[in-house]
Amino acid sequence: MKWTHALAVGLITLGLAACTKPKQVQPEATPPATTDTSGAQTSGIDTSAGPAAGAMSPEQQQALAALQARNVVYFEFDSSEIRGDDLQTVTAHAAYLARYKNARVRLEGHTDERGSREYNIGLGERRAQTVRSALLVQGVAESQITTVSYGEERPAVEGADEAAYAKNRRVELVQGP
Amino acid sequence: MTTRKRVFARNRINFAVPVLACLVALAGLWPAAASAQLRLDITQGVRDAVPIAVVPFGGQAEGGPGEIAAVVANDLQLSGRFKPLERRDMVTRPTTGSGVRFEDWRLLRSDFIVVGRVEPDAAGLGVTFELFNVQTGQPLLSQRLVTTERGLRATAHRIADLVFERLTGIPGAFSTRIAYVTVDGRPPSQRFRLVVADADGYGPRTITESSEPIMSPAWSPDGQNLAYVSFEGKASAVYVQRLATGDRRRVSARLGINGAPAWSPDGNKLALTLSRGANLDIYVLDLATQALTRITSDGAIDTEPEWSRDGSSLYFTSDRAGSAQVYRVDVGSPQDVQRLTFTNGYNARPRISPDGQSLALVTLDRGAYRIAVFDLKTRNVRVLTDGQQDESPSFAPNGATVIYATRAGKRGTLAMASSDGRFQQRLSSDTGDVREPVWSPYPRQR
Repeated sequence: MKWTHALAVGLITLGLAACTKPKQVQPEATPPATTDTSGAQTSGIDTSAGPAAGAMSPEQQQALAALQARNVVYFEFDSSEIRGDDLQTVTAHAAYLARYKNARVRLEGHTDERGSREYNIGLGERRAQTVRSALLVQGVAESQITTVSYGEERPAVEGADEAAYAKNRRVELVQGP
Repeated sequence: MTTRKRVFARNRINFAVPVLACLVALAGLWPAAASAQLRLDITQGVRDAVPIAVVPFGGQAEGGPGEIAAVVANDLQLSGRFKPLERRDMVTRPTTGSGVRFEDWRLLRSDFIVVGRVEPDAAGLGVTFELFNVQTGQPLLSQRLVTTERGLRATAHRIADLVFERLTGIPGAFSTRIAYVTVDGRPPSQRFRLVVADADGYGPRTITESSEPIMSPAWSPDGQNLAYVSFEGKASAVYVQRLATGDRRRVSARLGINGAPAWSPDGNKLALTLSRGANLDIYVLDLATQALTRITSDGAIDTEPEWSRDGSSLYFTSDRAGSAQVYRVDVGSPQDVQRLTFTNGYNARPRISPDGQSLALVTLDRGAYRIAVFDLKTRNVRVLTDGQQDESPSFAPNGATVIYATRAGKRGTLAMASSDGRFQQRLSSDTGDVREPVWSPYPRQR
């Protein structure tokens, strides 16, 4: 069907055109803590507004490489509490972000497949927000963090057993810049 | 429908007419609709399904996608309430009521019979059909419909609607469509597609696709638009797409989560879930003015809004009391929130029945996620399904059937259950994961 192809092209065009910041129609009673976060509202293609990798010192590049080996925090069923070893993961990322103010992190919240999809989007968001709070108390600036929840839509592994579920209940700390 | 032979074999329908066994070769003439992605796969026999004979119509070759009797029989079978007679068991092929020898069909244990024919007409094609009670020989329905070669399938669905209504008292929902999401490939290289097909799975059309998740499709009340969530910009946004033209509009891409769109009954507003950088709450967006009204303000997850039929209240999922449960809020006075579900540790994603009297929802039933119907008056919860991971229920517009997503092995697939819990059957897909089915409203020109 030709029009589907035309549509796909249209989608990409729209996606690019959609980079403008959507207006906030109504003021919130309690303003969300991240309203000043630039980049989080970008709905088009992620253009990585931060400095290019080339701008990093060798030292920073090394620190970043070390972090990338350890960038996932796992959760218990229906929980958003960060546990034991995973706290160290968060601390390591916090130290890096606090030291390199040009660095950015994107927190991607995920759940296992059980339960309804939109509710799981909520659970994934709650997990991402927990990690965000942990980073903030360790000196990371709000402007360095963006969050997104994929709920159960982006599993790390396939499978319908507890081993698979445990790997899918996670927040991925994706370092920018 | 490509697997009709298998379907019947699996269902083990035995008609004790051994003399007809030689006609088994005719079974190969069942239509194979190559473009149909979804097919009926009976997982559980329907004990009290009514046997009916739908005789091949005169003036038509058997086996084409526009073959009326095949479409009608398949529709009736999909409803779960009828068991069409296998073609190979038909001794004669009458095409008019006067040609029906009722004693033959009594012997074949058919309670009802549909006969008909297709003839050239000044306006294209004339389709005449007749429905009889086999036991009494009483004529129950007789009509002539005018159509074209291209309109034959639609005419067949219309005939199935009329037959279904005459025999059950419930309007048929065969002339409707379903939308669903398919996913191919493994993470991280997956392809998400939003597909619209006829209610019997025929003629799937991809209306949008992305390498990022697509979820939560919702039909506008006039059946002309779909709202859905797409992560194509690496963050969630809600889109409204017009099916006839493919034109689409991004209606919400606010900070954080933009999800769970639900159309108001008048089609002028969308209820949405937004996080706006903090936690999830329900909002109502006026599509014409873009005015946004906040409905819930709780610190918990509030999501999956669904309108009451009169548009005065919203049902939604919230875990404000610890676990996910279904609540109702008055749109006019949003401080008025009422918890509806108390049984089971998890009730989510409410979807209103066409008569507004009950909600289909996902419930945690003895350790498994299953589809249930919650009676708004009696508060009774009736579990309809027996899967482990059933989700995304959506009522047919006649309220008789609920379509939902289930698991078949590692893959997601669609299934249907009757709202009274009497049957369930699966719709299989040839490829990938299929999820989030939503049944369209009746077409406008009814």
